Amino acid sequence: MQMDGDLRTHTHLERLEAESIYIMREVMAEAENPVMLYSVGKDSSVMLHLALKAFYPSKPPFPFLHVDTTWKFREMIEFRDQRAEELDIGLIVHINEEGVQQGIGPFTHGSQVHTDVMKTRALKQALDKYKFDAAFGGARRDEEKSRAKERVFSFRNAQHRWDPKNQRPELWDLYNGRVRNGESMRVFPLSNWTELDIWQYIYQENIPIVPLYFAKMRTVVERDGMLILVDDDRLPLGEGEVPEKKLVRFRTLGCYPLTGAVESRADDLPGIIQEMLVARTSEREGRAIDHDESASMEKKKQEGYF
Amino acid sequence: MNASIEQYLQEQAAKTTLRFLTCGSVDDGKSTLIGRLLYDSKLIFDDQLAALEADSKRVGTQGQDIDFALLVDGLAAEREQGITIDVAYRYFATDKRKFVVADCPGHEQYTRNMATGASGADLAVMMVDARRGILTQTKRHSYIVSLFGIKEVLVAVNKMDLVNYDESIFRIIEEEYREFASGLADDANIVCVPISALKGDNITEASRAMPWHDGITLMDHLETVDVEPGEEIHSFRLPVQWVNRPNLDFRGFSGTIAGGVVRPGDEIMALPSGQCSKVERIVTMDGDLEQATRMDAVTITLEDEIDISRGDVICAAQDPLQLTDQLSVHLLWMHDDELFPGRQYYLKSGNRTVSCVVTDLKHRVSINSLENHAAKKLSLNEVGVANVSLSDKIAFEPFGDNRSLGSFILIDKQTNGTVGVGLFDFSLRRADNVVWQVLDVNKSRRSDLKHQKPCVIWMTGLSGSGKSTIANILEGQLHAMHRHTYTLDGDNVRHGLNRDLGFTEADRVENIRRVGETSRLMVDAGLITIVAFISPFRTDRRMVRNLMDAGEFIEVFVDTPLEVCEQRDPKGLYRKARAGEISNFTGIGSDYERPAHAEVHLHTEDMSPEDAAAQVMAYLEERGILSS
Repeated sequence: MQMDGDLRTHTHLERLEAESIYIMREVMAEAENPVMLYSVGKDSSVMLHLALKAFYPSKPPFPFLHVDTTWKFREMIEFRDQRAEELDIGLIVHINEEGVQQGIGPFTHGSQVHTDVMKTRALKQALDKYKFDAAFGGARRDEEKSRAKERVFSFRNAQHRWDPKNQRPELWDLYNGRVRNGESMRVFPLSNWTELDIWQYIYQENIPIVPLYFAKMRTVVERDGMLILVDDDRLPLGEGEVPEKKLVRFRTLGCYPLTGAVESRADDLPGIIQEMLVARTSEREGRAIDHDESASMEKKKQEGYF
Repeated sequence: MNASIEQYLQEQAAKTTLRFLTCGSVDDGKSTLIGRLLYDSKLIFDDQLAALEADSKRVGTQGQDIDFALLVDGLAAEREQGITIDVAYRYFATDKRKFVVADCPGHEQYTRNMATGASGADLAVMMVDARRGILTQTKRHSYIVSLFGIKEVLVAVNKMDLVNYDESIFRIIEEEYREFASGLADDANIVCVPISALKGDNITEASRAMPWHDGITLMDHLETVDVEPGEEIHSFRLPVQWVNRPNLDFRGFSGTIAGGVVRPGDEIMALPSGQCSKVERIVTMDGDLEQATRMDAVTITLEDEIDISRGDVICAAQDPLQLTDQLSVHLLWMHDDELFPGRQYYLKSGNRTVSCVVTDLKHRVSINSLENHAAKKLSLNEVGVANVSLSDKIAFEPFGDNRSLGSFILIDKQTNGTVGVGLFDFSLRRADNVVWQVLDVNKSRRSDLKHQKPCVIWMTGLSGSGKSTIANILEGQLHAMHRHTYTLDGDNVRHGLNRDLGFTEADRVENIRRVGETSRLMVDAGLITIVAFISPFRTDRRMVRNLMDAGEFIEVFVDTPLEVCEQRDPKGLYRKARAGEISNFTGIGSDYERPAHAEVHLHTEDMSPEDAAAQVMAYLEERGILSS
């Protein structure tokens, strides 16, 4: 921080932090019933930390929602419950019970059906059930090319659909969060953060994250070029597939059967950042669902995916 | 290893950010430039590059070469049509600085998206195709950049490779641009660089093909330009975003500082109340601060309990902001439905939302010539100067002095869409100096004398639906009951007050506005006012409803099917409209928007005009209009 009379130059992270806090307060003041999506990943951890800052000394004045597909890594669920208890924040866990009854899962129905039923449809169920009119998500514009086009306050009609060709203009920080009954806003306070910013901020602020991000000997099986963690006994082993112990970590976290591990020695934050700097692939490489078709994220988002 | 990483992180943490936009006309190479910048700064990952190479061959416009534009045109519709529809944000860094770039669409129809990208940018890269020179879109974008207070403009004369790197072509374009820009803000800093985004000339490395260019590369300038320039010392301003009350012992005001610096002990004034106090603490989760400055998101507490809510502004007591409800503004219209003076919108500025009417459209600005033209309306992407009137006083500063407290958006009251963006220029009067003349005889005293509650009975419906007939019967009955009334009839008003108005949409809005204002005066006089007006548009009826106090506007829908009206045709107007002699005739050439929630709905097919009048009368009695 450099001071020069009453003027000082803000660093990159200071500017991002202030912007995110502003966005959160604006939603809180204007929405009737906001909720923060909590996916347990590193971006959610940063978003939660910013929410604690934005409303201090008040607690974040809205509930947190985790859409549990029932196929998340066990360590994610442990971490989630522990954090919610430590911080004493209201956490809603929603599972699509219809999907569970129909036995929907990534192995039996494929990644597309699984994601659609257990994630996208489950999210819409939860938003409808609790009548949330604004939902914070931790998506960043540097993740994917259709995300790069999305507004910070992203309007959804009563069917939760995004219309990418007809977005509201968004000028400076004059966010327009007005919606009619049934319509809603998806709000992205981390829009302008990059993956590196997230890691730097986690390091600077000492933010707790799921241990899966750090390298450790873990039992994995190689499938379609991806290293899948043998997280429980639901993972069916194909012919010739032999679980083996490898030193691995995860760059991104989702459903364990759909999320590939990378071999790595990085067992602390400086190590992770070091690895990032020399990385030649983007973090979403490890996500099976993004590769289904070229404009696949845009399609999923139009249908209500975050 | 960790030691070097820590050193790296410290260097990274000290970096500043430059937020810039790329703009200019279609096909001037904006997306290609950004693709090039990302590629040269090694920010394209292998999996993204593989997808890009595949896409380039499939839908690219560069043959077998990589089409960098596909990196940023992220929507399916954009890739199919090969154009940029909406702004895309991209992020890259060099050793010196971090960058956020907004890649803006060049088509005129997507100007509102370009404006979105321009807002919040520190610098504009204005792309010009060396073969085509300065185009209308170059001027339009330059105007918006200037309007939005962006002082740093880098004119990138692109595709120099296609004009043999000819210096004279560059010089002509540079001169022409500077000539045009001299009519814009006079404090802008303009730098011109000849480049080829496709070939990489003067992007990150000086071009060998253009030794005559003694200047810097595009990247040199982006890395070194002063981001937070030394603006003159500002007084403290904090728009209150949220009142922070975790318990009875803590009452803080959260917001992002819009100007100046604040320390505990500073004397402050809260606006619009004008109450004063001192700053007690500057609270953050990382501990109390000794001082905070512009852009800091903080929570402050005060020594005294004074009434402050969201949208108020806390400012330095010795230099408070102006309060006003009448302003002169610049306005960029961003919606397909045109702006007409008289219609009501929400205006959001800072953290405050109020109702707003554009009372007077002074002129439209021609983007090409920068000349002013008289205008009755503003269409999509047009810029004008207007007077606005607000429902409440707000604290503001001229945009030139303070971006946060000087900018606003207009929001449609029905759809909630963002339809316009504007900048405050100056207050038309100092509302804080104008004391409302309190009249001893007021509306309630006038109406008490008449034993009635004043109201406006607004009859809307198609021509020939029976509005005037019912109004006539109703007024006769009220008169017989010794009530004080007046009827404003559409046709009669057009013979006098509104005889200067025609039937264009702008004139029809003005027609309704005048009748609305006249009704308001009559209601203020204590009268039961009956208005018989086709008034086909919901927004216009809502405009009048908003002029009245709660419960005073009684919308009566005279619901007669079009066939019945056309059959009656008392004035022969339908016949003329069918024959094409009258255009824009409601029901034939122009829509009638049925009221969704009228206070009284008359189905005239099943009742006589006397019954209809009786139904209105019953409503008036039920609401206590007649028994004050």
